[in-house]
Amino acid sequence: MRRGHGTVFWTGFAVIVALLIAAPLVLTEFWRRFVTEILIWGLLAMSSDILIGYTGMVSFGHSAFFGLGMYGAAAALLTIDPPNLWLALFYGLVAAAAVAACVAYFSTRLRDIYFAITTLIFSQIFYVIIFTWTAVTGGENGLAFERPPLAIPGLFDFVLTPTRLHWFVLAVVAGSYLILRRITQSPFGMVLQSIRENEARTRAIGYAVERYKIVAVMLSGLFAGLAGVLYALQNQFAAPDFVFFLVSGETVIYNVIGGIGTLVGPIVGAAFFLLLREGLSRFLTQYYLIPLGAVFIAIVILMPQGLLGFMRRWLNE
Amino acid sequence: MGVPLDQLLIQTINGIVTGMILALVSSGLTLIFGIMDVVNFAHGELLMLGAYVGVLTLAATGNFWLALLSAGLLIGLLGAAIYLVTLRPLIDRGPLTTILATFGISLVLQNVALWQFGPVSRKVAEPIGGHFTLFYLDYPWYRIVVALLSAAIIGGFWLFLKFGTWGIWIRATTQDRVMAQAMGIPVPWVLTGVFAIGSAMAAASGVLFGPLSGVDPTMGLGWILRAFIVVVVGGMGSLGGSIAAAILVSLLEAYASLWVSPSQAIIVSFVVLIVTLLFRPTGLFVAAPK
Repeated sequence: MRRGHGTVFWTGFAVIVALLIAAPLVLTEFWRRFVTEILIWGLLAMSSDILIGYTGMVSFGHSAFFGLGMYGAAAALLTIDPPNLWLALFYGLVAAAAVAACVAYFSTRLRDIYFAITTLIFSQIFYVIIFTWTAVTGGENGLAFERPPLAIPGLFDFVLTPTRLHWFVLAVVAGSYLILRRITQSPFGMVLQSIRENEARTRAIGYAVERYKIVAVMLSGLFAGLAGVLYALQNQFAAPDFVFFLVSGETVIYNVIGGIGTLVGPIVGAAFFLLLREGLSRFLTQYYLIPLGAVFIAIVILMPQGLLGFMRRWLNE
Repeated sequence: MGVPLDQLLIQTINGIVTGMILALVSSGLTLIFGIMDVVNFAHGELLMLGAYVGVLTLAATGNFWLALLSAGLLIGLLGAAIYLVTLRPLIDRGPLTTILATFGISLVLQNVALWQFGPVSRKVAEPIGGHFTLFYLDYPWYRIVVALLSAAIIGGFWLFLKFGTWGIWIRATTQDRVMAQAMGIPVPWVLTGVFAIGSAMAAASGVLFGPLSGVDPTMGLGWILRAFIVVVVGGMGSLGGSIAAAILVSLLEAYASLWVSPSQAIIVSFVVLIVTLLFRPTGLFVAAPK
């Protein structure tokens, strides 16, 4: 039984990855870019699922990690000559990790809504700093830069075309998914889930709950920063809008729409949200958020487990 | 570093004026949280819509008091409708679910306003003109009136909570919802009423604040963040705490803007919040937890 389940999982995983590898070869430029962005937003949503779905802490501050990843990558690409993709990744991750460590230290002392509000406030602090520190961050205009080549010295040196970038993003997102899945199934992940179910009892058993929470926030922030780096590479800019808390709100929306605590759900949620937005904005221009918000409210009320949980229940019946 | 005394005094008055409006916004938020554990993300949008109702009524009738009244009534009704349709089914699912739902509501309301009224900020003439001389400044009387009106609304509301039948019901329901129900208090109506009153107070502060900064669809965002800070610093659910915290935070921000730009001064209130959460997470102005 268990073994059969594993086979089904890996087959499904391989099929989806194969489809996504083939995607840029058959899709037009517009939809290729669309799929790449779904993958990046999906990674951001997946990173926040570690907190929302597995540890039971709703973060409204993921835009800070995402944005700092973007600015970290921008810093590496603008200051180091020649621009290096791996250094951009490294800088972005370090920036996100530093912010995550700071946020984690303060916010994990609090629970429920207090945690949500603290993370929200923290992301706004970074937003204000980035927005007003024009000399370094470019202020409202943000920073623009060129895409670096995808290269390992002595092995290969590719120009990062959109298609190759898509494959690179796919590799990173698929890899992150496997790592996160492994983590959530590990003893560490089990402790996180037991914190979600009953924090007092977990503490009584003898786990250092605070330490687990800090690691969870940092882990989550690290992957959110990774998504930020990828987004910066895709769009070749870093802008303060992506640090604003509305991005965090959208991240939570992806999670809730797709189904929390599933890792795949948030990606499905991001795809659903972005597709719906694309479809609606064709004839509603910028007011697409009105029906989209209504759909979101309906999902919160009627399908608390999200699309994936809803489908699962429907399949079981 | 030497700051002249006159500037300090001017900032004190400015701080108290914004503090009173902030107190009016936050008292609705903290009341709603205290009675039903709902963190209302859409509170800022209710303020913004209230400001628009005020602008439109003012343009149509020219009467400021009518604008204040109609904004309070209309947005109060809207709040009750929002509560009945979206929040009532969620009331026992915990505060996180309601944060999500009200976040969705705030997105919808903000974009409805953008759609109906456009993104351009509307200037509103100060309904009560006249200035008085404060050192070298012509200080508008309207700001003083705003502070006094906010204080009057909060004071009236406090009297209502203390002596009105519904006020007593509200306090009883906050203390113990099940017991209140058992005593024959119509708890579902009390909850709806509280949401309506909170919304009306947000709308009133929107009308009062409109002439000071102009009215635009995103004005709610800045207010909701500061109101969150105030509510947490003051102690969630504590009315007096919120008022004290609103004035404290606004004063600190006003003093900070003597040295840095106002958009950076908001960091001061962020810092106040973080320090509060570290040393006294239940709030500065409530009795220490045992």
